[in-house]
Amino acid sequence: MIAFKLAYRNLVGAGLRTFLIVFVLSVAYVLIIFMNGLYQGWEREGKFEMIRWEVGQGQYWEEDYDPYDPITLTDAHAPLPVSLAKATDNGSAAAILITQATVYPEGRMLGIMLKGISAGQQVLAIPTEQFASREDEIPALIGTRFAQSANLNVGDRMLVRWRDVNGTFDATELTIAGIFNSSVPAVDNGQIWISLEKLQQMTGMPGEATLLVMGEHADMPAEVAGWEFKGHDVLFAELDQMIKTKSIGGSVFYLILLALALLAVFDTQVLSIFRRQREIGTYISMGMTRSQVVGLFTTEGAMHAILALLLGAVYGTPLLLYIGSKGLGMPEGTDSFGLAAAQRIMPYYSAALVIGTIILVIVATTIVSYMPSRKIAKMNPTEAIRGRIQ
Amino acid sequence: MKNGTIITIENLAKHYPMGGGKFTALSDINLTFSKGEFTGIVGPSGSGKTTMLNIIGSLDTPSEGATNVLGTTSREMTPKVAATLRKKHIGFIFQTYNLMSVYTVYENVEFPLLLLKKSVSERKKAVMDAIQWVGLTDKIKSKPPQLSGGESQRVAIARAMVKRPELVLADEPTANLDAKNSHHILRTMEQLNRELQTTFIFATHDDKVIQYLRRIITLEDGTVASDEIAKQ
Ligand SMILES: Nc1ncnc2c1ncn2[C@@H]1O[C@H](COP(=O)(O)OP(=O)(O)O)[C@@H](O)[C@H]1O
Ligand SMILES: [Mg+2]
Repeated sequence: MIAFKLAYRNLVGAGLRTFLIVFVLSVAYVLIIFMNGLYQGWEREGKFEMIRWEVGQGQYWEEDYDPYDPITLTDAHAPLPVSLAKATDNGSAAAILITQATVYPEGRMLGIMLKGISAGQQVLAIPTEQFASREDEIPALIGTRFAQSANLNVGDRMLVRWRDVNGTFDATELTIAGIFNSSVPAVDNGQIWISLEKLQQMTGMPGEATLLVMGEHADMPAEVAGWEFKGHDVLFAELDQMIKTKSIGGSVFYLILLALALLAVFDTQVLSIFRRQREIGTYISMGMTRSQVVGLFTTEGAMHAILALLLGAVYGTPLLLYIGSKGLGMPEGTDSFGLAAAQRIMPYYSAALVIGTIILVIVATTIVSYMPSRKIAKMNPTEAIRGRIQ
Repeated sequence: MKNGTIITIENLAKHYPMGGGKFTALSDINLTFSKGEFTGIVGPSGSGKTTMLNIIGSLDTPSEGATNVLGTTSREMTPKVAATLRKKHIGFIFQTYNLMSVYTVYENVEFPLLLLKKSVSERKKAVMDAIQWVGLTDKIKSKPPQLSGGESQRVAIARAMVKRPELVLADEPTANLDAKNSHHILRTMEQLNRELQTTFIFATHDDKVIQYLRRIITLEDGTVASDEIAKQ
C-alpha cells in the first residue's frame, strides 16, 4: 500500500513525461478493447445471422453433398431419413433440395442454384410462407443482392431450365413472389428459392432432399445412415478463420502502440534508477531493504498502467459505449468476401475481453518496470547515497 | 558492554579492493560510544570518517574486527537485520540533504513512519512535533526545491528525528551551509540531544561543528589519532 502511495507521488511529481506515457498506454487499452470488441461483435452478429438464415443449429448433409463442387449436386439427394421426418413435418427442421438451373429473365441467361425449401419450415428466416400464394405458377424468393445484380423485381416472370433425375432437360416459368433482405450472402447471391414440393416434382425426386437445417427444438440423432451431421464447428469454420485473419491484421496496430508505451516505461525506469541513486541510497539508509526498493520502483513503473486504466476509463468508457450502441458502419463490399456481414457492426465488449486487456497491459508494464529495477538489488548503498554508481 | 554503552568497535579495519591489492580506509579502530553522546569524528577529507559512520550505521560491514551497534553484532548483521535496525533505531543526516524532491516537507518527514507502519494519527502527531522542533511549521506544504539549504537540512533533521531514534549519524551536515544556518541546525540538534537523550555522531571537518561537540575523535589516515572530551 505504501509502495502505491509513494509510486503515485513520484509519478505525479514527474509530470509531463508520466502523462505522455499514461496517455499512450490508455489509448492502447481503449484500442485493444475496441478492435477486439469489433471482431467479437462481428463474430456474434455474423453467427447470429448465419443461424437465422443459413445454418440453424446444425445440418445433416446427404453424404455426397459438397458445397464447393456443384457437379456433385446431381447425386447429392436422397429420401429423407425416417428419424428426421418428424422434425421436418412439424417445421422444426427445414429440408432443402438443391439443383443447378438456368433462368432467362428478359432474354438474358443466368446460371443459378435452384433451392427447394419446405414451405412450413420454422427454422430459417427465409419467408417461405409466401410460397403458398398461387397454385398456377411457381412463386420464387430471392435476396436483395441477387435482385440488384440481376436486375429482378417482384412480379417478374422468367423461364427456368433444369435437369431432372434422369438428366433430361425440362423448363417452366417461375414468378418472383418476394425479395428478402438478409445479411448472409450464402442464401442470396445467385440463388432462387422455391417450395420443396415443387422442386421435388420438377426434378422427379419426391420426398428427397440434399440437406436438412435443424431448428432449436429438433432432436438431432448422432448417427443417420447416409447423412452426415455438420455442427457449428464445421459450418462456422470459414467465418471463424476469416475473423481470425482479420483480427491478427488489426492487432498489429495496437501491438505497436503498446510496444511503444512499454518501451517508454522501460526507458523511464532505466533513467530514473540511474538518476535517483541518491534517493535509492536514502531509502536504504532509512531502513528499506533493497528488494523493497526494487518493489517500489517496479510499482512505480506499473503504476503507469493503473493511471492509464483510470484515464482510459474516463474517455474510453463513453466512447466505447457510444460506438457500442450506434454500431460501426462497415465499408461497402465487406460482404463480397461471401461471408455474413451486416451494414453496421455492433462491437461487443465481453467481460473477459475487458478484464483480459487490463491484465495484459498491467502485467506487461510490470515486467518492463521490473527488469531495469533488478539493478537496485545489486547496488552498494554507500555508493548509491553518494550518487557515484555509473 | 558497560552500562550505557550503545556502540562498541573492536579492532576494526576496512579495506577496499584497489587495482591488484587493497586500500585500507580504516585500521586498528577501538572505540565505545555511550547513550546521549554528542560526538564528532573529525579529520581531513579522505581520512575515513564517512566509512566509519557507514559501518556504525550498518550500511557497510567491517573487513576485520567486530562491532556491536545497539545490541546487534557485526556477525549477526544480515542485510535484513541491518535494515530493521536502521528503520527502528538509526537516523541519517547527509551533507546533500537527500530529500525526496517530489514529496512535500510533511511527506518527507512522514516517510520513516510509513516504513514503521505507524497509524495515521500517530504519524500526524509525530510529524508535526518533528517539524516544530526544527521550526518549519509554516513550510509543511512546500517541496524541497522551494527551500533554502538551511531549511532543507532542517527538514532532513526532522526526518531523522521523527521516529525518535536512539542514534543519529550526521555526515558533514553543515558542509553546504553558511555560518548562520550551520549554527541554527547545530543548536537544534544540541537541543534535541539534550531533550530526547538521542546520541549524535557527526563526521565533520567544520570548525563550526567542532565548537558544539562534547567529544572529539580525530582520524588520521584511517586510524584514531586522538579521542578527547572537549572543553567548553
Ligand atoms: N567504495 C570505495 N572504494 C574504494 N575506496 C574507497 C571507497 N569508499 C571510500 N574509499 C576511500 O577510503 C578513504 C576514506 O574515505 P571516506 O570514508 O569517504 O573519507 P572521509 O569521509 O573522511 O572524507 C578515501 O581515500 C576514499 O577514497
Ligand atoms: Mg566523507
